Amino acid sequence: MKRHEAIKIIFEGLTNELVITTTGMISREAFSAEDRKENFYMVGSMGLVTPVALGAALSLNKKVIGIEGDGSMFLNLGSLSMVGSRKPENLITIVLDNGCYESTGGQYCISTELDLNSIAKSCGYINTAKVEFEKSLKEKFKLFLEKTGPSFLLVKVEVSRQEAVPRVKHSPEEIKERFIKEIIN
Amino acid sequence: MITTNVFWDSLKKLGFNFFSGVPCSILKPILNSVPIDLLYIPAVREDSALGVCSGASLSNKKSAIFIQNSGLGNIINALTSFNLIYKIPVLLVITWRGEPGVPDAPEHDIMGKVMLPILDILEIKYKIIDDNFPKQLIWADEIMVKEKVPVALIIKEGVVK
Repeated sequence: MKRHEAIKIIFEGLTNELVITTTGMISREAFSAEDRKENFYMVGSMGLVTPVALGAALSLNKKVIGIEGDGSMFLNLGSLSMVGSRKPENLITIVLDNGCYESTGGQYCISTELDLNSIAKSCGYINTAKVEFEKSLKEKFKLFLEKTGPSFLLVKVEVSRQEAVPRVKHSPEEIKERFIKEIIN
Repeated sequence: MITTNVFWDSLKKLGFNFFSGVPCSILKPILNSVPIDLLYIPAVREDSALGVCSGASLSNKKSAIFIQNSGLGNIINALTSFNLIYKIPVLLVITWRGEPGVPDAPEHDIMGKVMLPILDILEIKYKIIDDNFPKQLIWADEIMVKEKVPVALIIKEGVVK
């Protein structure tokens, strides 16, 4: 499964959940998959998706989904322990793991040597799963949307450099304003 | 000198209701007296504290982080590539270790000297907390509401007891 295919499957399973996506290609592919008002694209700030999602989840009665890459997750592994210590029931962390820093040219990431799933479990996530195929992603994601969290879904994806994925066209302020409006509604 | 009661009451009065941070000995009186009805999330790093408070700020909360000035180094990227460009206000309460002329441990010397210039370069407005804290907080809050950017309040040893 390629990363943009995984993102498409995730987005097809959504209703009104808030989705926060990490910097680089993941935000761009999410923007291309479906530019929802509930999407918050983090264009910079690698490593901050999980803390921001945690803050939102603790403040709202809505489901919050943070989508990380393996590189951004490892940049701030400690944030998993903050989630585990607070255990927000409405938070799902998804890591799209391709084993490399693809957005910057495919450099090797140590995620291939370590089991992020066990780390998340040790940090206190209630539900954890690792999926490699489209069907299992669809099933697990649906299940995690229904379950009491926090949940951690590790999605193994192929290295799949796509050409010409557009950048997010909204300015950071526009992204924030429409996201806040969606929350207030 | 201001008491922890005045400190927390001033924050409550303005509607601050979500906090995070990484401890510093200067923050001891404050962090050891967080009122039970306020939410404080212990953070593992200063940028994670800022991140979690930013998520809360996006979600209609008023938030503040408490960090040592050494941690200012850890939040610069979060400020420049997140809060300042998305316009997400969070109050930054930053301690002043290594203030020039005040004896302190060597690891604080450089940051103690460059902390305020760093805030100036980042164009983050700040005040140094004194007995007028309630008014200084109103000043910070007004900027946060109007300009939607982080504002810093610098705290020295012994100012809050």
